[in-house]
Amino acid sequence: MAHIELHTPISEAAIRALHVGDQVSLHGMAVTARDAAHKYIMENFIRPPAVPASEQALHAELQRLWRGGVMYHCGPVVRQDDAGRWHFVSAGPTTSIREEPYEADVIAHFGLRAVIGKGGMGPKTLAACREHGAVYLHAVGGAATLIASSVQEVTAVYKKEALGVPEAFWVIRVAGFPAVVTMDAHGQSLHERIAEGSAQRLAALMAR
Amino acid sequence: MENLVPHFVELIRRAATDLPADVEAALRRARGQEEAGSAAQGTLDAILENVQMSRERSTPICQDTGTPIFYVYYPTGWSTLTLKKQIREAVAEATAKSYLRPNSVNSLTGRNTGNNLGEDFPYFHFEEWEEDYLKVELMLKGGGCENVGAQYSLPDTRMDADRDLEGVRRAVLDAVYQAQGMGCAPAVIGVAIGGDRGTSYLKSKEQFYRPLEDAHPDPKIAALEQRLIEEANELGVGPMGFGGKTTVLSVKIDSLERLPACYFVSASYMCWADRRRTLIYRDGQATIE
Repeated sequence: MAHIELHTPISEAAIRALHVGDQVSLHGMAVTARDAAHKYIMENFIRPPAVPASEQALHAELQRLWRGGVMYHCGPVVRQDDAGRWHFVSAGPTTSIREEPYEADVIAHFGLRAVIGKGGMGPKTLAACREHGAVYLHAVGGAATLIASSVQEVTAVYKKEALGVPEAFWVIRVAGFPAVVTMDAHGQSLHERIAEGSAQRLAALMAR
Repeated sequence: MENLVPHFVELIRRAATDLPADVEAALRRARGQEEAGSAAQGTLDAILENVQMSRERSTPICQDTGTPIFYVYYPTGWSTLTLKKQIREAVAEATAKSYLRPNSVNSLTGRNTGNNLGEDFPYFHFEEWEEDYLKVELMLKGGGCENVGAQYSLPDTRMDADRDLEGVRRAVLDAVYQAQGMGCAPAVIGVAIGGDRGTSYLKSKEQFYRPLEDAHPDPKIAALEQRLIEEANELGVGPMGFGGKTTVLSVKIDSLERLPACYFVSASYMCWADRRRTLIYRDGQATIE
């Protein structure tokens, strides 16, 4: 188990060097995207043959941010100061498994190197991590004030009106964001391992 | 009726930012039981640090401030209409102050109302009682843990569960196993036996108002609660699903009348951020416990 500093944009080599159990501190840019954002991405960027004209600017910006970049499954509590600047008040991860149907396509489309969330993801995402050189980083669910304190700046927000505060794309600059690799680019998943172990223990308990 | 809005805002602030002492103590005990240097212990350290920081900064412990669930016990003669109006006003104010995240989304349009107010949001339960004071219990029930709640209709052949306490045991163990780390373990599990589908789930959630250290007055239920705490912790899911000895902090069970045809077991899952506070308003004085 190693402790590794990751800086965005992240190289494929840096990702392939990571293994399940490694602790990482993330520095640089990340963009939040959760349920409604994934629906929006699928409907506007991935499923149609061409990105609608009205959505091309955001598509280009996300391509820029996510090439070698980081997605964060998070719906923050935010505050706007008197100068109009946004701040993250409380910003832990949300449960990632809901994005399992979409994430492999999103990783491939944008060239994401890391997805941060909680609870882990399934076999489709694990295969995409291996194929495209990406990892799943687990942040501590509910540790929202602690994690927000590593967010240095909110640089932009997109689709806030359409998707609402928790579900908008928030672009953040982080320093020392703490997470653990629980799905690596070598096909290993801590979540699979724990699920298998607990299934055996459940069977033993049911036999009592 | 007096303006109680500032007291309700304070109730919400305390619930969202200041974890109850019994929950924090249980997390501390859990930390002591996990292996030194393990992922489980590191996770509980981060959780405890976050609890402390949220209290000091008055910021939400978890960004998902959930569904605010208000149980209001009021003396004869009080207006529930006025109480509801004042609490709704307090919810909007607490949202503007960033104690709550805007969490009410129209299911048809996808629009977030932005202030945590919707036709049936937040949730209220009013009950007139014989006491001469007002008691408002608030829990903030997060969405991630709500998703892993489960309801069983017994008998259930998949897990050999009959209509008895052994069947209840099997259903609850299955629910904890299915949840893995997705509901932010270590959890408090609220269980209801009986009722219809709706009342059963509600009863299971009402268990979260109980102090963690209490035991059910029926010794058979109390024994099952204790047994399920021990057995659920044998599953090895651990804090956040990283593996470890602490998968649940407590299990609380109660029962309801049922129809001859129905035998429901409902298991509601409360994440470690078990946020609940009580406001007592008596003789013009407000206290929050």
